[in-house]
Amino acid sequence: MKLTGRDIRNLVLAAVAFAICALLPLGDSGYWLGLGVTVAMFTTLATSWALFSGPTHYISLATAAFFGVGTYVTGLGIELLPFWALVGLAGVIGAVLAALVGLATLRLSGVYFVIFTLGLAELVRQVITWVQNNTGQKGLYVLTDLDEAGIYWWLLGLAAAVFLMGWLIGRSRLGFALRIIGDDETVAAHSGINTALAKVMLFMVPGAVAAMTGAILAPRYVYIEPSLAFAPILSFQVVIMALLGGASRLWGPLVGVIPFTFLLETVSSNFPNQTTLVIGIAFLVIVYFLPNGFVGLLDKLLNTIKAREGA
Amino acid sequence: MDILITGILLGGTYALIAMGLNLQYGVARIMNLANGEILVAGGYFAFIAYTSTQLSPILTIFLVAPLAFVLNWLIYRLMLQPLVNRAKNRGQLETDSILATFGLSFIGVGLMLSFFGGDYFSYSFMAVPVELLGNTYGANRVLSFVMAVLICGALYVWLNRSRSGLSIRAIATAPASARLVGIDVKELSALAFALGGAVTAVGGALISTYLTLDASTGVVFTLKALIIVIMGGVGDVRGTIVAALLLGVLETVVASLLDPGLTLAAAYVMFLGVLLFRPQGLFGKKAT
Amino acid sequence: MNRRPFLKLVSALTIASALAANAASAENIRIGAVAPKTGPLAGGAAVTQWPSIKLWVNQINEAGGLMVDGEKMMIDLIEYDDQTNPGETIKAVQRLATQDDAHFIIAPYGTGLNLAAAPLFDRYGYPQIAVSAITDQQADLSKKFPNMFFTLGTTTALAADVVKVLSEMREAGQMGDKVAMVNVADAFGIELATAAKPLFEDAGFNIVYETSYPLGTQDLSPVIKGAAAAEPDAFIAWSYPPDTFGLTEQAMIEDLDVKAFYTAVATPFPGYGARFGAAAEGVLGAGGVNPESPAFKEYAAAHEAVTEAKPDYWASATTYASLQILAQSIEAVGLDRAEVTAHLKASTFDTILGPISFDENNSNADFWTVGQWQGGVFKGVASRGRDGTVPVILKDGWK
Repeated sequence: MKLTGRDIRNLVLAAVAFAICALLPLGDSGYWLGLGVTVAMFTTLATSWALFSGPTHYISLATAAFFGVGTYVTGLGIELLPFWALVGLAGVIGAVLAALVGLATLRLSGVYFVIFTLGLAELVRQVITWVQNNTGQKGLYVLTDLDEAGIYWWLLGLAAAVFLMGWLIGRSRLGFALRIIGDDETVAAHSGINTALAKVMLFMVPGAVAAMTGAILAPRYVYIEPSLAFAPILSFQVVIMALLGGASRLWGPLVGVIPFTFLLETVSSNFPNQTTLVIGIAFLVIVYFLPNGFVGLLDKLLNTIKAREGA
Repeated sequence: MDILITGILLGGTYALIAMGLNLQYGVARIMNLANGEILVAGGYFAFIAYTSTQLSPILTIFLVAPLAFVLNWLIYRLMLQPLVNRAKNRGQLETDSILATFGLSFIGVGLMLSFFGGDYFSYSFMAVPVELLGNTYGANRVLSFVMAVLICGALYVWLNRSRSGLSIRAIATAPASARLVGIDVKELSALAFALGGAVTAVGGALISTYLTLDASTGVVFTLKALIIVIMGGVGDVRGTIVAALLLGVLETVVASLLDPGLTLAAAYVMFLGVLLFRPQGLFGKKAT
Repeated sequence: MNRRPFLKLVSALTIASALAANAASAENIRIGAVAPKTGPLAGGAAVTQWPSIKLWVNQINEAGGLMVDGEKMMIDLIEYDDQTNPGETIKAVQRLATQDDAHFIIAPYGTGLNLAAAPLFDRYGYPQIAVSAITDQQADLSKKFPNMFFTLGTTTALAADVVKVLSEMREAGQMGDKVAMVNVADAFGIELATAAKPLFEDAGFNIVYETSYPLGTQDLSPVIKGAAAAEPDAFIAWSYPPDTFGLTEQAMIEDLDVKAFYTAVATPFPGYGARFGAAAEGVLGAGGVNPESPAFKEYAAAHEAVTEAKPDYWASATTYASLQILAQSIEAVGLDRAEVTAHLKASTFDTILGPISFDENNSNADFWTVGQWQGGVFKGVASRGRDGTVPVILKDGWK
């Protein structure tokens, strides 16, 4: 692999940006750090989601399923294994689960895939609670010494890994194959690309990442309940944020996550009794007025500027 | 036998939940994630009518249906039509309508919360046993099953016999060609969407006689409805009915003979199975 | 790069939160409250949590405020909806502690949400008088979070007292030893069932039917039919609100013939009695109060006058009592949170439930465990150290 000067510059800039982000807990250990955790969590989830859904155009609502599995890995294993091993284990389990799901469902098209992934969280949750119930597990308490700053750094590290991975995939043969699949799957198949394999491999990325995110966040929740760990709303939030930013660029979801987190924060602090109502309205505004996300908006602005400069 | 009847009764409930969405998704091409909120709103209406004026839910549905029809017609015309016009292809419409109706479902929950509060609403209506073939069943469940049969039957006849019904089926099968033969796709899509909403709300009113609802429960029904519609095949009334009955019987069989803890897991396994072997659903046409 | 919209948003936010912080005037006590207004637990919080908070604030402000260091101070209530999402609970508590600068924060609703908030209450030094957080981990939790207090009892006590009530009925020759036990497959239901099973077995009961069902099951008739086929003397369900209603209705329809019928959460809700009327007579449930005590009667009347709804017969009163405790502590030692926490540990408080004090695990040892619908009222039939328990009656049909 050859790195151009531009690549090196981008890498250095990204590293600097992450280093600056990593300093946040030193500046504030309360409110802003809490928001930082939220932003880091959704950045990780939405970026990894877009890695798969951006090129393939499959809308996956399986985030909650993998996330819940991750929290359970930590919840069940916290007394047996060190935390880092649990995060790794969650990643492996998430990837394997994603591979199985991918093999079974990625030949479904469009809406069938959407609904299946939505049901998946429910299926996994049912199976896990049933097993928990029949093995006489008591409630899962995750009592660790990991504080907010620790969780933030873990998430940030994971986010960095996701970005690096996305960048590498974009430069690899796999990324090239995926772009062709996204443009026209038939063409891709005819030019000798194993479309199924490419899609399954890529689907393992958000699966593993979401499971790891869940594993990292479990200590923050202290008590793991199935109805909270597998809450379907998470899957939707990730989709919305990624699409609001724009799934076509690696950094697209990031520009969705940050304003959306602040928007939700403003809404829930100013409209405590109408939070859902206002979020719903905000949603519609985004859909109707920002159809291509912030990335689309930026492209449009850039084009206008260019056109003006040209004129 | 007992298991079979219980399952079929539950299937009737599921048919009520899913039939409206089938019309909305099959014809108007809107995967309506706010469907569950319409259902809960129908239930609210029945609850209020019953507790304040003792109006029987059987009569309430005649009020609920036209109200829900108008409301859903407006929703389609004002909110969803622009998305349909804007969409360049099927995929984009799907994405947009998922996002827009997801927002609508939030608005629905928010509105119901501010009007009615977040408390559970439950009342007893016809919670008396009925004897069928030597076993007892809830009269309210039997009633709602009978209504489900009537509603599904009426829809089926209408779709297959009347002119507008045929046009609607034409849109469901081939929207582009339907336009060519002089069918007003926009008008009929709005009609189908509104009709779907009315059916859902009526279903909600009937279901509220035996299920405990609150403002936030809509999403549970949306999920169930989506699974049934997809399993049965989009845009096909028979498919939805068969899928609903299958699901009801399967859940009851698992609950009675195996373990009630596995009912929902079994339902999803069946859903997966159907999709794997017939990706277009039980009665769906092969995608072109 | 165009950064303008984003910068604008951030600055608008900063201004908005600054305004919000200033709006609360300096002479008032800022009390934060975060609990579900939407999401799966909203239905329960709308009965148990929010009305009692509203009543309490209303009463204190009507009376001119709390006496703090010789001066009357009114209460400003800051409410947030956590959407039954632990991430939102965490954010809201953080916001209350650092942006709104709340003097005190009322404990959230539900075991999971209380525990998610516990590290923050601990870090910012807020006392957390938890009500609807029932657990057996009081010892561990109070060691890790010394500011956390427990009022509503333990999982094992709730289960053990059901076993005790049934044992007494059996010894009185009122029923045999066959028990059907079911539970909802979610955290609290699983914990209760796990705790109850060995207790039933040790007490010599024969569990003839045992199963779980998923949260959100729409037809519970197979459960009731399965239980009925085993011909139990008692039916015990560790259930959640929607299925508490569903199981009862199915039992009515099936005319389930048992001497004792128990459903857990939501049985003490006034809506339960209103829905099932005479059929509710004799139904056992989790919790209870002494509805005849003058203090509870006065509370119930005020609750209905202010919130237009009746309190439930269990956690509503305990929620209110937890707020009474907080108010008494503030009046005793002022707005210093560390001193309030120390005071909570050391004192005995006079509440509508009777005296409450906290033991070495920060737990209130006196609480209601089992109640029963009798004559349209849900009365406590078993408790740990509470006065006013009434004798249990047999479940006599569903008419």
